[in-house]
Amino acid sequence: MQLEYFISLLLGGLAKGSIYALIALGYTMVYGIIQLINFAHGEIYMIGAFTALIFSTVITYTMPDTAFLINVGISFTGAIIFAAAYGFTMERIAYRPLRNAPRLSALISAIGMSILLQNYVLLAQTPDFLPFPSLVPNFSFLEPIEYIVSSNQIVIIVTTIIVMILLTLLIKFTRVGKAMRATAQDKTMAQLIGINVDKIIAITFVIGSSTAALGGVLISSNIGQINYYIGFIAGIKAFVAAVLGGIGSIPGAVLGSLILGLTESFGSGYISSDYEDAFAFIFLVIILIFKPEGILGRKDNQKV
Amino acid sequence: MNSKKLNKFLTDKFGDKIGNLFNEIILSFITSLWFMILMFPIMIIKVNTIDQTIIWRWHNLIYIGAGSFVLSYLWRKALKLKEMKSRTEENSKKSFSLSESLSNLSESKFHYPAMGVTLLLFILIPVFSSLYQTTVLSSALIYVMLGLGLNIVVGLGGLLNLGYVAFYIVGAYSYAMLNTHFGLSFWVALPIGALLSTVFGILLALPILRLRGDYLAIVTLAFAEIIRLILQNEGDIFGGPSGINNIEPPSFFGFEFGLDGKTVLMYYIILFMTIFTIFVIFRLENSRIGRAWQALREDEIATKSMGINVTMTKLTSFALGATWAGFAGVLFSAKTAFINPDSFTIWESVIILCFVVLGGMGSIFGVAIAALILYILPESLRAFAQYRMLVYGISLVLMMIFRQGGIIDVKRKHYKLPDNIKAD
Repeated sequence: MQLEYFISLLLGGLAKGSIYALIALGYTMVYGIIQLINFAHGEIYMIGAFTALIFSTVITYTMPDTAFLINVGISFTGAIIFAAAYGFTMERIAYRPLRNAPRLSALISAIGMSILLQNYVLLAQTPDFLPFPSLVPNFSFLEPIEYIVSSNQIVIIVTTIIVMILLTLLIKFTRVGKAMRATAQDKTMAQLIGINVDKIIAITFVIGSSTAALGGVLISSNIGQINYYIGFIAGIKAFVAAVLGGIGSIPGAVLGSLILGLTESFGSGYISSDYEDAFAFIFLVIILIFKPEGILGRKDNQKV
Repeated sequence: MNSKKLNKFLTDKFGDKIGNLFNEIILSFITSLWFMILMFPIMIIKVNTIDQTIIWRWHNLIYIGAGSFVLSYLWRKALKLKEMKSRTEENSKKSFSLSESLSNLSESKFHYPAMGVTLLLFILIPVFSSLYQTTVLSSALIYVMLGLGLNIVVGLGGLLNLGYVAFYIVGAYSYAMLNTHFGLSFWVALPIGALLSTVFGILLALPILRLRGDYLAIVTLAFAEIIRLILQNEGDIFGGPSGINNIEPPSFFGFEFGLDGKTVLMYYIILFMTIFTIFVIFRLENSRIGRAWQALREDEIATKSMGINVTMTKLTSFALGATWAGFAGVLFSAKTAFINPDSFTIWESVIILCFVVLGGMGSIFGVAIAALILYILPESLRAFAQYRMLVYGISLVLMMIFRQGGIIDVKRKHYKLPDNIKAD
């Protein structure tokens, strides 16, 4: 019994951490390239989840005969495409004009964007919690141990691993990835050797937003309900995870997310569930005070 | 085809004027098409998975299309204007603008009579307005105090504090608890609350001041959330989610007041404290420490090399900001007689930040006016209240892009060298 409880907490924590990882990847990529804490990133995650809800509901109510897998496919693709489009538009409107402005201006603009997107969904949709359909198939081979691990959790963990591997490959070995690394190091120099910096930044936003949307749909399908506010706290926690792992580093983001997910899971399982949300914040404060560059991050000196 | 090629093609074919017009129309059309697709799922379809209904709101499509067509045109125009303005400013520093005349106004001699009239107006308001209006105005003045306090940290010191509400909590809960547990009166608790808040500010600031700007912002936010979670979960000490009630309103030299009288008294106390705040911050702004804050905001390394103790300067800015939040917190709990953690969410900090940013970071009058207008407007126009946060969000973004100085742009202090002194 004790062992089963431990394993279920472990897997729950891993699943939770994987979701944070999917959001944190976007944070870390954007921060790595333009040194901006994109506050509105959590909102993109929420919009992804909402889009999936809308697509799947429309399909279920208007065409009840559609196969489950087709429904799932359309919902996921729709969510990812629309979230990516929102990320792209957001960068174009709120961040591109501030490329050369002081850092705090861009940060305040990001906070404004976050409030804007939250209230946009609140006004256009609903302030209430909406039930979210299960968009992950149930694996029959998991039935005997279902009380320990659900199909949802397995899908979440596997998806995160795949996304992380793909992103690492993209950044290490493709032309776009190379251009991204160059832009992150030195924007002016990158421009001089013929890299379209604006385009690379836009691509970064699109990739980050798609992974966030993927995470949004998966977690909403696991929890079973959403509202307009889910993005904010998730976004902050993912940011904490990104900082914990060393902001700007992709394996760091995943590592940090898993540590945070496990801490939350074990903390609320063995200590107190009242303070589940506080663990992330306490973590953040401690890391930033003692090791601001994170676990896998590199220390950078402030230049004049 | 990119936009430059398109523009060249069109101007070659139709001549400059008509070509540019066509170009603008095509660009606006593309933008509006993009937004119509982008906003389609969320704006057109409204699903309700509880009642199992889908509502199609096709009329929204027309609004989005027309709206984004016009806005996209204005957006490009505004960006172009901004670019042109920054170019002309580089060439000649002299330019006349509304903001400049406004900030000139606050420096001219005209400013004392104007202040007197405003003060008189505020003193007379309870006489000819309803009780409800007086209450709303009291709340608005509390926000003015909070805005001015945050202005010390964000506007003058340049430290983005997203957890300002934490100090507000300390003030509010210290009066609530001192009063309900120990029976301390408002007048005793007012300085104690502010002091506790200041001490708390110093304790919080000590470990985090060496952090960079954006990290500082997120850590202060985390602190405010931790405190709110503690209040929410420690029911035995802080009353938990239901908070603390039956907090005594302030007394006045033993006079007894009715309900009306208490509201009016509260209003005058808050008004007095607001004026006190404005006075102190006004004096601080051009003091040695105030100048040090502003220098720090502009350039930390340069400030350091001028021999200013950066840590101390940041600490005082943080602590003094917290002091005013403490005062405001005590006033708030005395005014409402009931507090719970729900009044102190992250969004409260963000709203106060909006006041500071929109009013003009560093400008006392700008922040005060912004807080008054932005608080009273949604209260009096109920139809607007729903869109309040949406408008705040949009205006934060727009302000950052087009007018970083806020409504009233503070001119930097500068000295002119006399003509006979020439640099070699």
